[in-house]
Amino acid sequence: MKRRHIETLLLLAPAVIFLGLAFVAPLARLFSLAFTDEAGMFSTFSTLIDSEVYRRVMVNTFLVAFAVALITVLLAWPVAYILTRLKGFWFAFALYGVLFPFWISVLVRTFSWMILLERNGPLNRFLINIGITDKPLSLLFNDTGVMIGMVHVLLPYAILPLYGAMLRIDQRLLLASDGLGAGLFDTFRRIYFPLCLPGLVGGATFVFLLSLGFFITPALLGGSNAITLSMLIASFINDRLAWSLAAAGSLILLVIVLALLAVTARFLPFGKGVYAR
Amino acid sequence: MNRGLPLRFAAAAKSYGEVQALKPTDLEVRDGEFLTLLGPSGSGKTTLLNLAAGYLEPSGGRIFIGERDVTDLPARRRNIGMVFQNYALFPHMTVAGNVAYGLTVRRRPRDEIARRVAAALAMVRLEEYGSRRIQELSGGQQQRVALARAIVIEPDVLLMDEPLGALDKQLRRQVQLELRRLHEEHRRTTIYVTHDQEEALVLSDRVAVMRDGRIEQLGSASDLYDKPVNAFVAGFIGESNLLPAKVTSLEGGEANVAIGAFAQNATVPAADGLNPGDDALLLIRPEHVRIDREGLAAEITEVVYLGELTAFHLRLAGGATLWGRQITNQALQRGMPVKVSWERAAARIVPKD
Repeated sequence: MKRRHIETLLLLAPAVIFLGLAFVAPLARLFSLAFTDEAGMFSTFSTLIDSEVYRRVMVNTFLVAFAVALITVLLAWPVAYILTRLKGFWFAFALYGVLFPFWISVLVRTFSWMILLERNGPLNRFLINIGITDKPLSLLFNDTGVMIGMVHVLLPYAILPLYGAMLRIDQRLLLASDGLGAGLFDTFRRIYFPLCLPGLVGGATFVFLLSLGFFITPALLGGSNAITLSMLIASFINDRLAWSLAAAGSLILLVIVLALLAVTARFLPFGKGVYAR
Repeated sequence: MNRGLPLRFAAAAKSYGEVQALKPTDLEVRDGEFLTLLGPSGSGKTTLLNLAAGYLEPSGGRIFIGERDVTDLPARRRNIGMVFQNYALFPHMTVAGNVAYGLTVRRRPRDEIARRVAAALAMVRLEEYGSRRIQELSGGQQQRVALARAIVIEPDVLLMDEPLGALDKQLRRQVQLELRRLHEEHRRTTIYVTHDQEEALVLSDRVAVMRDGRIEQLGSASDLYDKPVNAFVAGFIGESNLLPAKVTSLEGGEANVAIGAFAQNATVPAADGLNPGDDALLLIRPEHVRIDREGLAAEITEVVYLGELTAFHLRLAGGATLWGRQITNQALQRGMPVKVSWERAAARIVPKD
């Protein structure tokens, strides 16, 4: 073996050993639990899939994650676009506005939303005062609350890749399209949008995958009325001590996530830029 | 056959705050003409091109394509073909997709698009490349795709912004000849921007030499070379020796000048704006400097072998220096004392800047 290879191995070793002992091994142990139920090797999976309630939780988790990804991307688009147009102070201001939430604990942000969305909270009082509704809307402890909270937490994950993709677009391509006779809509549909697509798909995938496994925000804002897969897994362990069911649930989640990543990976700007200049 | 329309700038100007990128400029590009805007960077040539394209709004003046006042029209309504310096090809489309773009957005029927795209690709000799991705092409091929994309829409005016800037020298020569062939076949009104004087001379019917946001001189290649209006044009087109001279008298289109460096007087064609008593510059092209049996005493201080030609640098007895050029002759050696003469009929005077 060449010296260079030994050096590489030595440099990687601490991190690899740590991850192996503290992450891979426990994960393997957890997943092996999924197959150790007394009723049979795959009984945990059939329990999860046969139960009407568990199926509904899984479907609901996916619907919420899908809705969150969609809303997040729609909200992220204009913000990312404006970021590419701003310069100097206002650019820095807007960028910090996007990044600032990263530096505040998710727990703190979720509790803040609980206060804002309460039955008699500021948002409901405001809506009543301006006459949009006469009785308070129930914004908390249901899917609405979960989605509001998750969209807020996950928005930067959609804005940043989209902003990156927009920034990489050569402005001369838009001029060229204009010069060739394309109207604004054609230029958007045929040039700008397709070139944003890697960032869009990347951002949407991040948000979707993170939503699937989100725990704190749905647990606090959704409560028992909007149970997600991660809350179900937590309850298997905390309430029922059913480790094998929790393991099976985690494994299902992981497999779905990996499958999705495989599909979208070809859009993601991993490694070389997809449309590098 | 001319396929194109004349393009006219009427006092077109562009300023950014206090900075005048283009001073009010009148220029008429004739239909079917190949006109080059030549100048150093910051001379306003690209500004003028972008005004023609509609990518910039003029701060004053009007722009006409044919009879139509296009000043207030965006680029997409002007029916122009633009070739960008970096080509600006759409990276997510094939070669054929790029070339078809202008027709697709004009909602032409599918079979017409296919036919015209094939013809345009054949014209730039890329018939086989329609289904390739842009990233798979070489720089020269990308340049030809950009040209095909601009031409396929039958533009009234073809605009090119330093389209050969990114190519290496040998390829540039080849593409220059290709561009000239295409222009001779199709005679499309063309405005071409470059800072390369040789490119301008090879390609153009007329050249506009620009400096500091204005056109210094407009004319054919030989006009610019033989009758430059000032020292800037003389220096920008070809190589030149410029020697201080004083106009002593004017007589029937001719000027008598005193040339201090030569301690001589000479008679040369008069130039606009030069009156008796004015300081001027005498322009002698290197090919008009001769090493002779008679003439001014000089010493060869440098000999540069250029293949067919040899350039030599001379120091005259009075201290002035001259570049000369002649068919290669092994006899020339550095340090050799020689006699120098110059072709009086070919010399010109230009105003001192």
